[in-house]
Amino acid sequence: MTVNGPPVGIVVVSHSRALGTAAAELAREVTAGADVPVSVAAGLDDTTLGTDAAAIATAIATTDRGAGVVVLMDLGSAVLSAELALDLLDDVGADPATRDRTVLCPGPLVEGVVVAAATAATGANRDQVSADAAAALGPKRTHLGYSWEPAP
Amino acid sequence: MAETVDPEALGRWLCAFADAVRDAADELTALDSAIGDADHGANMRRGMTAVVGKLESAPDAGPAALLKSAGMALVSTVGGASGPLYGTLFLRMATAAGDRTELDAAGFAAALRAGLDGVVARGKAAPGDKTMLDALVPAVDALDARLAEGNGLRDALRAAADAADAGSDATIPLVARKGRASYLGERSAGHRDPGAASTALLVRAAAETLG
Repeated sequence: MTVNGPPVGIVVVSHSRALGTAAAELAREVTAGADVPVSVAAGLDDTTLGTDAAAIATAIATTDRGAGVVVLMDLGSAVLSAELALDLLDDVGADPATRDRTVLCPGPLVEGVVVAAATAATGANRDQVSADAAAALGPKRTHLGYSWEPAP
Repeated sequence: MAETVDPEALGRWLCAFADAVRDAADELTALDSAIGDADHGANMRRGMTAVVGKLESAPDAGPAALLKSAGMALVSTVGGASGPLYGTLFLRMATAAGDRTELDAAGFAAALRAGLDGVVARGKAAPGDKTMLDALVPAVDALDARLAEGNGLRDALRAAADAADAGSDATIPLVARKGRASYLGERSAGHRDPGAASTALLVRAAAETLG
């Protein structure tokens, strides 16, 4: 999976700027010195909760260095705004190829962004980064001996 | 009584919706506090205030530019799920308006239908899920049906507004299947959906300002 070239970028989308900024900070701790771009699009301002599709589009555009972007979201409007952001990439001047290089990851925000950063730091491609992040609850579930599975 | 919708008319519509949202903000937030996160009124008031500000700063915009500006203001200022949903409604209407300088009744109805299709695609909800679609779908259906019968735009929009009100009322007994209210399961029944309520205001504002 390791390739030479730019690393996959990561965008953190949250209703809360404080939460998004802190999650990104956790992620940067695990990149082992690798230059993984981690951007935050969270909150309407420093204190107003909410998500902004245009801000997410800008974050995706500026975080894609050619290997693509994996987007981690919290919940509710974060997901809808991230999906809408894909339609706004042209408006923010993104590389036309960025849309096809963007993966919206279903993983949990905090565990997901940490695993995504660690995986991206190895030079893995965006699909691998997203797959690992989507499975990021595994170690916690195993540790706690939690066997319940949600209905599909 | 104009049968066309020009940018000035669109501006009147959006301003009337902004006024209605402001007047109903506390009520919308109260509805949302029952089954959601108690922010719908405040979010929509903030969003529509931003939309009105955009209208004032670009008085000469054509229909598409005006609708796109409104949609972008909403996606960046509402904050909750209503931002991308109402934003998509207006952005798709803008695309449907194309380069026309004004929309005839059929063109306005087609643009609203395109907006509705966008909301469906964005939210992946269906009628009966206790969402804004429970007001918007019957409204757009009524608008199309009345225009097809040869009614004028004003009359068709009044029928649409009545259908939206009825659709909003009909959300009260429903169990929510989308959004924050769905976390409540059966406990969401007995409350009007805030998104359907604000959508009914949007359609009523159209009936009072267009046609």
